[in-house]
Amino acid sequence: MLLAFDWSQLAQQTVIGLSSGALWALLALAIVLIYRSTGVVNFAQGEMAMLSTFVAWSLVHHGFSFWEAFFATVALSFCGGVGIERAVIRPVERAPVLTIVIVTLGLVFVVDGIARWGWTAETKSLPNAFSTRPIQIAGVAFSIQDLGNIAVSIGLVLLIGVLFRYTKLGLALRAAAINPQESRLLGVRVSWMIAIGWGLAAALGAVAGMLTAPALASFDQNLMQPVLLYALAGAVLGGLESPVGAVVGSLLLGVFVNLVGTYVDWVGNDLRLPVALAVILGVLLIKPAGLFGRTAVRRV
Amino acid sequence: MTEALLELEDVEARYGQVKALHGVTLEVAEGEIVAVLGANGAGKTTTLRAISGLVSREGGIRFAGKSIARRSPEATTRLGIAHVPEGRGTLSGLSVRENLRLGAYVRRDRAGVREDEGRVLGYFPWLEDRADQRAGTLSGGEQQMLALARALMLRPRLLLLDEPSLGLAPKVVAEIFRIVAELNEREGLTVLVVEQNANLALEASSRAYVLEVGRVALSGSSPELRRDESVRRSYLGY
Repeated sequence: MLLAFDWSQLAQQTVIGLSSGALWALLALAIVLIYRSTGVVNFAQGEMAMLSTFVAWSLVHHGFSFWEAFFATVALSFCGGVGIERAVIRPVERAPVLTIVIVTLGLVFVVDGIARWGWTAETKSLPNAFSTRPIQIAGVAFSIQDLGNIAVSIGLVLLIGVLFRYTKLGLALRAAAINPQESRLLGVRVSWMIAIGWGLAAALGAVAGMLTAPALASFDQNLMQPVLLYALAGAVLGGLESPVGAVVGSLLLGVFVNLVGTYVDWVGNDLRLPVALAVILGVLLIKPAGLFGRTAVRRV
Repeated sequence: MTEALLELEDVEARYGQVKALHGVTLEVAEGEIVAVLGANGAGKTTTLRAISGLVSREGGIRFAGKSIARRSPEATTRLGIAHVPEGRGTLSGLSVRENLRLGAYVRRDRAGVREDEGRVLGYFPWLEDRADQRAGTLSGGEQQMLALARALMLRPRLLLLDEPSLGLAPKVVAEIFRIVAELNEREGLTVLVVEQNANLALEASSRAYVLEVGRVALSGSSPELRRDESVRRSYLGY
């Protein structure tokens, strides 16, 4: 060893990794929410988040501040998610899983089409949500934007956790996802609970999109495609059944991918996505239920 | 008999192409325990599912004077019909407490719910110690009692019980029927119970219907049916 190891670089790269992982975690959580209630991975989750981000962009360009546009977009996305479930998922609610998967694949192209039809192909940019100045913590410089992304994501995840754990609506949402028929007998309107789940997922995705975009110099309709793949990898790593797993898995993946990209020369910036795909493959081969997934045990 | 709480008139039900009920007519008066007997596949479970709306059906179903023939399970629950389904309907991934809470999901009277919680725990005191346990880890008998307790949290006007004895030890079954009888006596709870174990069912009920291939083949007071030659031979086994 000729050079002393640079610990501050490690800390910086870890936080950068956590920052992107936190945004993937939001999309991963959205995927898990829908997976638990509808039984499929919603492949359109990324495109829905992209469309939300475009809506936010339009609001900003009509004079709203970033945060005004942010909250308005979250609300609109929630309604949009509920609407999508009612319009295209409800009719196939009782169809085989493969049918629903194909519907979500169709949704990818429909949502993408809407974004290309309603907005021009020129690249766009969003103002930064947070100050771009660095901040010194224990002598190491971190970006406020990264720390802000982490804070917003963790805060949102905790909020969703409280909703599911401590409210009557959350209890009904969980019951409807685990035992739909039994829940109906208790008076839970299961079909609407699924729609609300789609609304929450769309809102989570919207936040992920709106925080992903400002960090880029510019973005277009392909904004969320890599994010969706990372989020899928994070969700698979944590366990598709587990909301906690999806969040932890995405954070771990964020750090891992960034550190590999930083310290392994030949990976660099270009091979990060394949690293995430390798993680998916590895998890599926070694521990298909993921880190937090429970293998289903049923008492009969 | 005075005005019936529940009336079924010529009810038919089908699963896809297969007809499971070919015209069932029965009634349950307020405060009664009525049993539905029959062999496997006679349509006992389907009869309950038709009442609560879990299966598509035709014919007349009236509850408390209102037609419920087109109501969904979510709606019949809101009218005060608690259905403990075959297999107990345990929400296995949720805790005992959460299961009980969901029993009162459609109720808006918080004070009444709290009061009922105390009342229900009076019948099943052990539930309190197990409140945070996952319902799926309870034994079969415990799950059946939890299902009953959860149904009571609705403060139901009518309790539909599907095969409460299924797969349980005789001692546990006796305990469950004892509690149902007590609820009926003390609180006037109206019960429609489906049972394979005809002996038990006829002992617990005041009237009973015998189903055969989706039709009522026989009905009468329970003591009468116990003396009936054909019932004895086909369902009581002596």
